[in-house]
Amino acid sequence: MTDSKYFTTTKKGEIFELKSELNSDKKEKKREAVKKVIASMTVGKDVSALFPDVVNCMQTDNLELKKLVYLYLMNYAKSQPDMAIMAVNTFVKDCEDANPLIRALAVRTMGCIRVDKITEYLCEPLRKCLKDEDPYVRKTAAVCVAKLYDINSQLVEDQGFLDQLKDLLSDSNPMVVANAVAALSEMNDASQSGSPLIEMNAQTINKLLTALNECTEWGQVFILDSLANYSPKDDREAQSICERITPRLAHANAAVVLSAVKVLMKFMEMLSSDSDFVSMLTKKLAPPLVTLLSSEPEVQYVALRNINLIVQKRPDILKHEMKVFFVKYNDPIYVKLEKLDIMIRLASQANIAQVLSELKEYATEVDVDFVRKAVRAIGRCAIKVEQSAERCVSTLLDLIHTKVNYVVQEAIVVIKDIFRKYPNKYESIISTLCENLDTLDEPEARASMIWIIGEYAERIDNADELLESFLEGFHDENTQVQLQLLTAIVKLFLKRPTDTQELVQQVLSLATQDSDNPDLRDRGFIYWRLLSTDPAAAKEVVLAEKPLISEETDLLEPTLLDELICHISSLASVYHKPPSAFVEGRAGLRKSLPARSQEAVHEPNANQSGGGATATVIPSQDSLIGDLLSMDIGGPTVAPNSVTSQQQSAAVDLLGGGLDSLTMNNSTSPSGGPSQSTTGLLGDIFGFSSAQSSMYIPPKTVWLPADRGKGCEIWGSFSRKNGQISMDMTISNKAMQPMAGFAVQLNKNSFGVTPARALQVLNPLPVGVSHETSLPLLITGPVQRMEPLNNLQVAVKNNIDVFYFACMIPMHVLFTEDGQMDKRVFLATWKDIPAQNEVQYTLNNVQLNADGVVQRMQQNNVFTIAKRNVEGQDMLYQSLKLSNGIWVLNELKIQPGNPNFTVSFCTFYAVLPHHICTTKYLFFFNNWLFLKIFKLN
Amino acid sequence: MGVIEKFMPLLMEKEEEGLLTPLLQTTDCTFAYIKYNNLYIVSTTKKNANIALVFVFLHKIVQVMTEYFKEIEEESIRDNFVVIYELMDELLDFGYPQTTDSKILQEYITQEGHKLEIQPRIPMAVTNAVSWRSEGIKYRKNEVFLDVIESVNLLANANGNVLRSEIVGAIKMRVYLSGMPELRLGLNDKVLFESTGRGKSKSVELEDVKFHQCVRLSRFENDRTISFIPPDGEFELMSYRLNTHVKPLIWIESVIERHAHSRVEYMIKAKSQFKRRSTANNVEVVVPVPADADSPKFKTTVGSVKYAPEQNAITWSIKSFPGGKEYLMRAHFGLPSVVCEDTEGKPPIQVKFEIPYFTTSGIQVRYLKIIEKSGYQALPWVRYITQNGDYQLRTN
Repeated sequence: MTDSKYFTTTKKGEIFELKSELNSDKKEKKREAVKKVIASMTVGKDVSALFPDVVNCMQTDNLELKKLVYLYLMNYAKSQPDMAIMAVNTFVKDCEDANPLIRALAVRTMGCIRVDKITEYLCEPLRKCLKDEDPYVRKTAAVCVAKLYDINSQLVEDQGFLDQLKDLLSDSNPMVVANAVAALSEMNDASQSGSPLIEMNAQTINKLLTALNECTEWGQVFILDSLANYSPKDDREAQSICERITPRLAHANAAVVLSAVKVLMKFMEMLSSDSDFVSMLTKKLAPPLVTLLSSEPEVQYVALRNINLIVQKRPDILKHEMKVFFVKYNDPIYVKLEKLDIMIRLASQANIAQVLSELKEYATEVDVDFVRKAVRAIGRCAIKVEQSAERCVSTLLDLIHTKVNYVVQEAIVVIKDIFRKYPNKYESIISTLCENLDTLDEPEARASMIWIIGEYAERIDNADELLESFLEGFHDENTQVQLQLLTAIVKLFLKRPTDTQELVQQVLSLATQDSDNPDLRDRGFIYWRLLSTDPAAAKEVVLAEKPLISEETDLLEPTLLDELICHISSLASVYHKPPSAFVEGRAGLRKSLPARSQEAVHEPNANQSGGGATATVIPSQDSLIGDLLSMDIGGPTVAPNSVTSQQQSAAVDLLGGGLDSLTMNNSTSPSGGPSQSTTGLLGDIFGFSSAQSSMYIPPKTVWLPADRGKGCEIWGSFSRKNGQISMDMTISNKAMQPMAGFAVQLNKNSFGVTPARALQVLNPLPVGVSHETSLPLLITGPVQRMEPLNNLQVAVKNNIDVFYFACMIPMHVLFTEDGQMDKRVFLATWKDIPAQNEVQYTLNNVQLNADGVVQRMQQNNVFTIAKRNVEGQDMLYQSLKLSNGIWVLNELKIQPGNPNFTVSFCTFYAVLPHHICTTKYLFFFNNWLFLKIFKLN
Repeated sequence: MGVIEKFMPLLMEKEEEGLLTPLLQTTDCTFAYIKYNNLYIVSTTKKNANIALVFVFLHKIVQVMTEYFKEIEEESIRDNFVVIYELMDELLDFGYPQTTDSKILQEYITQEGHKLEIQPRIPMAVTNAVSWRSEGIKYRKNEVFLDVIESVNLLANANGNVLRSEIVGAIKMRVYLSGMPELRLGLNDKVLFESTGRGKSKSVELEDVKFHQCVRLSRFENDRTISFIPPDGEFELMSYRLNTHVKPLIWIESVIERHAHSRVEYMIKAKSQFKRRSTANNVEVVVPVPADADSPKFKTTVGSVKYAPEQNAITWSIKSFPGGKEYLMRAHFGLPSVVCEDTEGKPPIQVKFEIPYFTTSGIQVRYLKIIEKSGYQALPWVRYITQNGDYQLRTN
């Protein structure tokens, strides 16, 4: 007779039928009915309507029936909280039953019913059960405390269950101890405060270690996991715990082994790495880890992910065990991929031959993902073990000859990296690579191939043809490929300028004019500008010697690795992510490896870096293989020291047409007309109100009128003090209610101005109150050209709404304190600045003599380099530097007694722009300077 | 309904992407699952759970249920759902595994349903320090059977080089003893011999030993004594692993000639490289063949050859294969003139065998002492057998 019959029920009136059966007098029929109910529940049918009838069956001396009713209650109590109360009496009674099995069952079930009213009644029975004479009941009650904590943590703390649970740690029965430990760890993890509820001391640890020898395999796991959270007070204690745990490595249960490994890995950190004990432990750890690879595939997977961490932390442990990670034909794919990862980590000169022959074997398998990874692994071996590079390259060549599409593409990607590690060594194979050009259809492979062609353009006779062939479908390519193609062609041009001019023009115009991608456009502009102004600098930048790529590109960051070591055998160790990344809620106590304590006594300074002290230095994350392609720009930018005399070399002619039209476009457009700009700057500086002794601060103007700001009115201005630009605002509440929660955001702007901190305003701002606030600004924000240039778009938010307005940054706050140029540099530069960068102007009605002008200008970070008197006229030569590195030189001609000054301005920039957009400024800078800032009429 | 509803769709999705791992992450939780027959056994967690424990436990569930219901599949789950609920209740509480020893469980969770008048009691063992054995067991004849079984794992590449060879040994016991007997097992363990000054005797260096939970691990750590109170009936007392450099017991040389579009020919030579007085039984050499091969023809002097198209392999079976012999088999297949699109992998040749009365490692049971307070005499029986483990030889 089987239970499957309970699943087949009549459809119509099913609930009704069950109801009457449940209320039957015959025990047998009742039991059958409950089974049918449970069967329905199991397959997901809603049988909650039968709640009262099922609960009525609860008082029975039949244990099987009781269990089923309890099961039903656990499932439906939450949806029927009021009726669940009916069950409380029976629960309480069952908690006092003579049979421990029933007592335990009752307390276990009650803990699973998440209904507040029932929880209240749970406390008393639970308190009794925690002291029950039968260990089976005590161990069940111990877990029940953790269940209760999950429902109502406050209740557990108030009712003193924590202390009772702590007492159970000294229980005579090892199973009870194990469950108490498990419950405590669970609660510690969930604790709101983040600090452990109960601190372990040496005494409790000792009890746990004793119980470890006697409890079930699962209990051993609970105890070991909780030991891993303990911090021994010194190395002696750490070593003695390690000694007592080591035998667990011989347990048949993989979970016991891994938890023991966790404790050992953690406590080893406290021991001197050259002690005999540590070297003994290192030897002892390898065999159990290897044996884990004979367990079930899922357990193997967990073991491999953990071994991956262990190999990074302590490479010594498994360095001789390469062979056990060889892939078997019937391994599941997830095991294969993990084994491959570890093989690469363990690859060394000693075993590289074997590793390579294995990898070659794998590269001919059928599973595409696996094959790809195997090919990639060959490349990584080449980079990691220098002596093997040649063999790796020839292996890769063999693979390319197979002509299997994805193998070829993957091989080309890794060969590019090999070139980057060993430049000028294996270029003989380029011709073979070029044969496969047509088969490359993946962006990464295409980009890699293009990089290779560009990098070695001088050795590839038909490099121009090859690159040109890619250019045809330029706009259909992936961005990665486009960027690479742009760079490669520029490289080619710099190497062979004679016959590739047309090609470079073509790609520049494709990138700058026809593309929507800002990265591509900006890179295009930079190259264009570089090539047109200073090909020598362009050569230095584009063809700069690149740093070699580092060997270990995918190591975990050391602090993360240390944290994960503390989480060995847990989910975090498999994900290689800290628990906070995938566990909801509590930020969590970050675990970290203990520091070595003893050292501190001998060398007081050795302890500073904590657990990471022994970690090896690892190259920064930005050298990841994935990023390699973009290094032409991002990495080693070689800034030309100062671009001075070569400005007008042939490059301008070279690109003449295009460039001219660009410059013309910008300089001839009378651009936007003056908008609501404040009075001309120089005029302000020169001061019609002359009472100033420090930098000129324009008076505040209305930025946001109250009617547009729903009662919020903002007046503002900008100032510069000690090199700090500030946005000074008066915010007034003219509404009928208090305002709160002010915040500000600046849109991208020409100078990258961005708030240095949050806006600080009286919170709340009462009705009718004005608040003065000053927002310090940085110039490190994103840059985007605005029209007019000093336009700044601001968004201010409060609890009422978000408001947008625009204001003008007065130019002089952007003049930096280090704007004084060396005299000789000034002279040389003045001569060399092309005429088109020079503009003359007349300032009218200035009531100051030359000395007054010098002083006033100095206060505003315009520095006088020299003063001459020529034919009765005072000539002032001045320099200033803008916050984005652009220099402005000017010459002031002052005739004593004549209030009209003549000014000449020159601009140039001496620092290679760190913001791409800066290049564009050149095109319109002159124009703007006069129209917006020195506009006097 | 529950979060489990998301499991199958997610599994299918990952399978399609070829990114299947035993863990599936959703925004709500992580699924950890194993597949057994046509069933997925799934656990869910929202926390940073001990995932090694989860997987070991899932496999343990399978083991317990197999011992309860013989076979677990959809049908047996339906047939026994009430017992399964009861079992789950005892197997774990709030996610913490509790009692997973099926012998002990069977004492208080039975399949027949309980007689109304007698209520079951918890066996002492559930909470005892000895959680795997009940008291009051009685046999008329007290006997212990020890099987020392060594499985040879081998991986050789196509050039005939052995990449890896290891022995995974296990000592399995069948214990029919009354009361609470104390057992002590003596092996020719090298570490023990050296520490007791018998370094010259023939001994074995066990690289990694794993014990059943009944063995007192700290005692072994201290003085290499294997002492324990055994569970009743059948169980695996210990397992060990050692890397060997001995000759592969059965060596296969293969010559495969593929003539594209017409035929493929195999020449397989099997060589037994153990002592002449031993014999391997039930030897099977499984040679993979292309999926589209047809019209098989075989020729061999010894044993029989069968083609199993469903496995894309031929199996050469030799009932009895004495040491120091060499046998030959030839096979011939036709190949279609149209080549199949899918590329096939190159599965290795696999060999199965059993060699009784023989261990590769040379491990020996020196004694098994049985002490019970009633003082009965018990007979230990020992058998040795070596068999294939994961025995793979790659082909060209």
